[in-house]
Amino acid sequence: MLRILQQIFRTGVVTEPLPEPVEAELIEVGGRLEEAIRRRFHRSLVIREVDAGSCNGCELEIIAMNNPIYNCERFGINFTASPRFADMLLVTGPVSVNMEIALKRTYDATPTPKMVVAVGDCGCNGGIFGESYASLGAIVNVIPVDAHIPGCPPSPVELLHGILRLIRS
Amino acid sequence: MKTLRDTIMTHFGTSATLCSATCPPGVPQILVPREKFEDVGWLMKGAGARLAAEWGVDETLMGRHFAVIACFARETEYLLVRCDIPSDEPTFPSLSKKHPPAFRFERQILSLLGLTPTGHVHSDLRPWIKHEDWPIDAWPLRKSFDAGRRMPRVAGDYAWVRAEGEGVYEIPVGPVHAGIIEPGHFRFQAIGEDILNLEERLGYTHKGIEKRFEQLSWGEGARLAGRVSGDSTVAHALTYCRAVEAMTGTNVPPRGAWLRAIMLERERIANHLGDIGAIANDAAFTFFFYQFMRLKELVLRGNRRLFGHRYLMDQVLPGGVAVDLPADASLMIEEELESLPEEFERIIKAYDLNASLDDRLRETGILSAETARELGTVGFVARASGQPLDCRLQAPFAPYDRFPPRMVVLNSCDVHARAWVRIEEIRDSVRLIHELLATLPAGETLAPLPDVPPDRSAFAAVEGWRGEIVYWLQSGLNGGINRCAIRDPSSVNWLALEQAIHGNIVPDFPLCNKSFNQSYSGHDL
Repeated sequence: MLRILQQIFRTGVVTEPLPEPVEAELIEVGGRLEEAIRRRFHRSLVIREVDAGSCNGCELEIIAMNNPIYNCERFGINFTASPRFADMLLVTGPVSVNMEIALKRTYDATPTPKMVVAVGDCGCNGGIFGESYASLGAIVNVIPVDAHIPGCPPSPVELLHGILRLIRS
Repeated sequence: MKTLRDTIMTHFGTSATLCSATCPPGVPQILVPREKFEDVGWLMKGAGARLAAEWGVDETLMGRHFAVIACFARETEYLLVRCDIPSDEPTFPSLSKKHPPAFRFERQILSLLGLTPTGHVHSDLRPWIKHEDWPIDAWPLRKSFDAGRRMPRVAGDYAWVRAEGEGVYEIPVGPVHAGIIEPGHFRFQAIGEDILNLEERLGYTHKGIEKRFEQLSWGEGARLAGRVSGDSTVAHALTYCRAVEAMTGTNVPPRGAWLRAIMLERERIANHLGDIGAIANDAAFTFFFYQFMRLKELVLRGNRRLFGHRYLMDQVLPGGVAVDLPADASLMIEEELESLPEEFERIIKAYDLNASLDDRLRETGILSAETARELGTVGFVARASGQPLDCRLQAPFAPYDRFPPRMVVLNSCDVHARAWVRIEEIRDSVRLIHELLATLPAGETLAPLPDVPPDRSAFAAVEGWRGEIVYWLQSGLNGGINRCAIRDPSSVNWLALEQAIHGNIVPDFPLCNKSFNQSYSGHDL
């Protein structure tokens, strides 16, 4: 127990401001975001992540968003296991034929009003997998999409910015 | 001891042919008569070889028919055995009688290529990856299949394994799971909290990757290989590139080879760090989760500074690597390698001394050594169950031939062992990177890739962080990709999870699953 406490105190708070080029924007956007989340989502924006067929690269970065360095909870963002509680679906792709039905059901299970964000190059346009017998390509080919965050995979900072942009709009 | 190759050649005599014209030297490929294919399984079992992979290929564009190829491995030797299959009678003798993992491979061959296993065939021929709503005659790996067209959905049902009796109930989980993870379906039969049986059903992330390769150039192929399983992007791209290089006789410049190994070890460290934390998290110990996630993030940032990408995607190309290290790289890595192990050891000490964690991890999810061997498991899953397998040692290439890793084999076969093997591997990868950096050769990092000759095939195996990855590439008459067969470690290790879960309770499933952490995308392709 003592070792654990020692390590906790030694580590201190590692959550850091976003890198230089985005800091000024973050201060501005972060303020508006907190305001928007407070007003529109009662201080918490709840996200259900759906992997609709990705290579798992995007999942790595979405998980990293939750690590203590990015710590997305400080912006009022948290992830839920059930689409019933979700305000937003964060969907990675391409949508595989075998996931099409599950994705539609998840979308239908999410209460309105809801937002859908297509994450990653594959979620935005099918990426290198394209459209084929097994891949339906972009998320928008299967469910309505409100915003896109391209990248392969998009970094945690890019993900945060993409979400902030959508909330602000 | 006779080599696997000699065992086959002696037994078959003149009826077996060494395919030396179409394959580069290295891993031999032997053609045997189709009716004798099952004998190969018996012979190889007797010789103590494991079935590493089995796949089919459509060679009709080359004026031939179909073929099935089995890859056997024993210690440092790999051997490919193929049998030709006529188009008008698309069947082949099953290997599943002697090699249990064959049933999964053969279900896949039947589902995606329409070749039916016969003889001593496993009774389970339900479609695999091909879901029940695909038309039954949709065989995407056949050349006659139009890969660009959307398939109609048909009515169909999947025959689940059932358990009946008083108090037995079922828990269906997925495909959309609770966490931020890939999709797949698990079905438990349980009494109270005790699991009677677990059946996995995968294929949800099937994106037609093997078929997609056939539309790409050799260079673009490396990009796609790097997206078979995003967390193993270096290992998959490297295996693909090594197969292309074997096919063309390309020598990677030493500096390129060293940088590849540094990337491969960095990928290993990053994934192991994240997973050890995630195992602790699934035992409800979030302290370790956040500590290890922090260390992982530091490695990822290092990757970005050194190579320009957090996960090192698109850095490995046929012929070498895409970028060289920046001028101050040595200093950067040395600094990192000083602070990371220090922090790591401090946290590991707390992890090791924690009784409540110990209680959850030990004797949970036992995969016996015998089961691990019979199922042909690979990687850290195999090594945690007493199997001395690591193709960095058994199929070494530069620089691993000069800098062999230390093989860590444990015998407690439980979640703890699967985590501890990885703790030891982080330590060893740090040592390897130190040594590689100290001996990093000067010079070029990328060799030009000559044209790929028509109608050739080549094989490569690389030890990624999950374990042995296998690629088999074949060029067509036009020199393009005719077939890219991939076997991710997950294809065999997923079988082991179903066995390891017996005798456990439902709440320990996430823990067991996380200790395997297999790829869905790498399996489903």
